[in-house]
Amino acid sequence: MSDPVVFDRIRQDIKDNDVVLYMKGTPVFPQCGFSAAVVQVLSQVGVKFKGVNVLTDPEIREGIKAFANWPTIPQLYVKGEFVGGCDIVREMHETGELEGLLKDKGVAVAAQ
Amino acid sequence: MAMDAGTIERMIREAIPDATVTIEDLRGDGDHYAAHVTSAQFVGKSRVQQHQMVYQALKGRMGGELHALALQTSIPR
Repeated sequence: MSDPVVFDRIRQDIKDNDVVLYMKGTPVFPQCGFSAAVVQVLSQVGVKFKGVNVLTDPEIREGIKAFANWPTIPQLYVKGEFVGGCDIVREMHETGELEGLLKDKGVAVAAQ
Repeated sequence: MAMDAGTIERMIREAIPDATVTIEDLRGDGDHYAAHVTSAQFVGKSRVQQHQMVYQALKGRMGGELHALALQTSIPR
């Protein structure tokens, strides 16, 4: 059974922050290549985001997988909505869809 | 724990019978794969939903014994 307490924490986090990345390590020091790749995309796009290090929080690490029905980390959320993992975020960045999504959702990105 | 490419392909085809599956062993170590899955069943689904269908086909192995599967899904032209 899912733990509603951890789901509440996740819901609060993705409600309070426009862009949240659940990742292994921190934005400054990612500890997994897939997490690092998403951090790099977000930096290129120039969007502010909150990084949540699942390695220091086992409850979130397991909870986030059940929350999104998604088996892997990283996971990117924009305005409370699950956008995807590393493959999807990279693909969306290449096609320009990611920038479009952020614009549609009214999330500020730095001018390139 | 590694999985061989044939097993991955078979599991995806079992769940998504019309799928065209291409698997590449990225490092030749049986642990880092890239898969491209094409299926008419993806029509009308978001990318997240398409990937979820593939993960479901792998029955919990993704993120477990299968560490790295770079996934790309598409709809047949």
